[in-house]
Amino acid sequence: MGKKYTFTIDGVSVEAEAGQSIIEAADAAGVYIPRLCHRPGLQAFGSCRICTVLVNGRPVAACTEPAVEGMIVQNDVETLREFRRTLIEMLFVEGNHFCMFCEKSGNCELQALAYRFGITAPTLPYANPKREIDASHPDIFVDRNRCILCARCVRASRDLDGKAVFDFVGRGPDKTIAVNAEARLADTDIDITDEALNVCPVGALMRKRVGYAVPIGQRLYDHEPIGSEIEARRSGAEE
Amino acid sequence: MSDSTAASITAICDEFENDRTRMIDIVRAVQARTGGVDSEAMTTIAEKTGARRVEVESVVTFYSFLSEEPKGKTVIWLCDDIIDRMHGYDEVLAAFAAELGIGPGDTTSDGAFSLERTACIGMCDQAPAALINDTVVTELTAEKARAIVAELREHGDPTRLVTEPGDGNNAHELVRAMVRNNIREAGPVLFSPLNRGEGVRKALGMSPVEVIRTVKTSRLRGRGGAGFPAGMKWEFTRGAQGDEKYVLCNADEGEPGTFKDRVLLTEMPDRVFAGMTIAGYAIGARTGILYLRSEYAYLRAFLEDVLEQRRSDDLLGENIIGSDFDFDITIQMGAGAYICGEETAMISSCEGLRGDPKTRPPFPAQKGYLGRPTTVNNVETLCCVTKIMEEGPATFSHLGTVQSSGTKLLSVSGDCERPGIYEVELGLSVHELLEKVGATDAIAVQVGGASGTMIGPDQYERCICFDDLATGGSIMVFGPGRNILEVAHAFMEFFEEESCGYCTPCRVGNVLLKTYLERILAGRGEPGDLETMERISKTMVTTSRCGLGQTASNPVMTTLKNFRPVYEALVTDDPDGLRRAFDLKQAVAASEDLTGRESIHA
Repeated sequence: MGKKYTFTIDGVSVEAEAGQSIIEAADAAGVYIPRLCHRPGLQAFGSCRICTVLVNGRPVAACTEPAVEGMIVQNDVETLREFRRTLIEMLFVEGNHFCMFCEKSGNCELQALAYRFGITAPTLPYANPKREIDASHPDIFVDRNRCILCARCVRASRDLDGKAVFDFVGRGPDKTIAVNAEARLADTDIDITDEALNVCPVGALMRKRVGYAVPIGQRLYDHEPIGSEIEARRSGAEE
Repeated sequence: MSDSTAASITAICDEFENDRTRMIDIVRAVQARTGGVDSEAMTTIAEKTGARRVEVESVVTFYSFLSEEPKGKTVIWLCDDIIDRMHGYDEVLAAFAAELGIGPGDTTSDGAFSLERTACIGMCDQAPAALINDTVVTELTAEKARAIVAELREHGDPTRLVTEPGDGNNAHELVRAMVRNNIREAGPVLFSPLNRGEGVRKALGMSPVEVIRTVKTSRLRGRGGAGFPAGMKWEFTRGAQGDEKYVLCNADEGEPGTFKDRVLLTEMPDRVFAGMTIAGYAIGARTGILYLRSEYAYLRAFLEDVLEQRRSDDLLGENIIGSDFDFDITIQMGAGAYICGEETAMISSCEGLRGDPKTRPPFPAQKGYLGRPTTVNNVETLCCVTKIMEEGPATFSHLGTVQSSGTKLLSVSGDCERPGIYEVELGLSVHELLEKVGATDAIAVQVGGASGTMIGPDQYERCICFDDLATGGSIMVFGPGRNILEVAHAFMEFFEEESCGYCTPCRVGNVLLKTYLERILAGRGEPGDLETMERISKTMVTTSRCGLGQTASNPVMTTLKNFRPVYEALVTDDPDGLRRAFDLKQAVAASEDLTGRESIHA
């Protein structure tokens, strides 16, 4: 039995096991901290920064910051909401995201977050980058236009599949996802059953030939905003 | 790839014991041998070291001095700093380009020359400057550029361009650089006469805890810019669990406009290495690594020689000065990345990885290099340590102010009569500094480099110290007629290139701020842009993962605060209610090209 810590998020008392991050403790308690790169079961990465919270007034990423006894966490406050809206917008204008003809629409965490934050169109200038699509593999494709560099596939392939098919190359705005081969995904040992294929929050790493199997209107975030599934844990407990 | 090339790559990997943590050394050596690290080379290196191929690619594509494409036998890296631009960069670039028949980023068809632009190479006091392979050439003009190309076409040896070596150790046979020290004011600490061996001897006469207490008593704070108390850093590292501990010396000064470490490494290397040795004794380390930026490769042989002398003089190695303390120092070369001046990025680079900062916690004092407790100190901080040991903490702590004790090296460049190095007591006002350097007519001063603060004349009474205008040493002076927004734009270009790209706010924010500045400079800014720029900046400050992103918006933030009228004069509502940001001509350019018809523009 590990030690337990108690702390508060926006005044709500939350319990954490020793070694848990703020976001893990919050999830368990039914407090939703918006996030993109974080995913339960994967090592924390801390790249998207959307889960930034204030701990005793100091900004930290809730996914990489360990929970500590007595910490006072601010999460759903207007200053942070504004930063999160800006970060979400940044991710949209940095890449080429066309929700209306993306197979991920409705299941996309980036799109769902934008709706949760009331963003219907970005206000920042688009970068319109030229990005490459890798459709060399018979079952899987990588569309870098939609990649948000969250490293979920990097981590899942390395830690869950034991393959390490993906990594990043380049730096700054030129940073992109790359495959462990001279050039093509087809030359890696990735397989359709790999866990890496189940973790992409956007439509960047996709299975071929599954277009619109689930109709729009019946998808994950079509009726309830993203995060509701976590918040349900708390309201359920209270009722 | 020829058999002999493949064999030499294999040999290089063997030379570094096929150790993937030495990836930077390996790829640097491969590039030196073959001009680049191409796809086949990456595969070979991966096979030899047991790294994945994509990991090798990840490293090669991260550092700006590394390249997949083979570069020319001679590579001219022209420094594209704002200070160089103010001193004729454009003409020099044009002359090189015309003479070589290529543009920046290109290689001549015979493979003899490549022309590249690069971020600050630490020569702002003698700008415009360039690296030609590892040789530094300074105070360039268009005429000199043409002469250089002509001469290199004859003999191909950049080292022969140095006909008149600079002062001090720049003339040392192992350096032979045309670089000048430009020490304008030598203060009581850093350039005081060296009592070689004395600092280490005194430290070894104390217990490690006493050494740390002495440094704490001196109130020495880190000289890299952040100002963290050095003694406290050592105390944390000493107290951390670990079978091995490491001292890293940060000699990756990449902040635009700073060049003080260049001069310390040239003139006071013993004081730097002594400081590392003292730090090692204090925290319980046996190994030190000097992380030397690639731009200062011309100092490497000289520094290796100083280390060798220290070994033969019993100041490094086993049983230093007859004690039971063992300590040695190696030099790790960088490969072109400003971010590697951030301590956890530097650790990543030493481990043979991309220079991505690491997630904190854990902090380097707990888990640093190879997962072991590590202290990372600036070159100047370590020089101060040696002096503090030599003379005791009181002499040092009586200098400067209560919160900012000691002296500080300032690297002054730009529109001033006497650019160069000044060792001043902390607490000096900007006004006093401008008197010293001959720049009383300055319209703006950038304190702390690109990530620092831009101030105007109404703030020249402010003080250079950790609690007011903190600086790692860079002071850039801008005289009458300079365009503040062009300066800010140059800094945003720098951050766009130097962001590692790990986190969203820094990767995207720098590009956006640069885009807005470009719009405003082109007369297409809208009043709402200023608020948007502030929103982006605040997001970067609060949510970025490391110090680079947290400070990268400073050029915009501080000019918006201190030079707001300059912006306001340029952003106006369109009288016809049109969106000024929308460039109709540009928007239809592609369709004009396709149709072959020109639209009629108003």
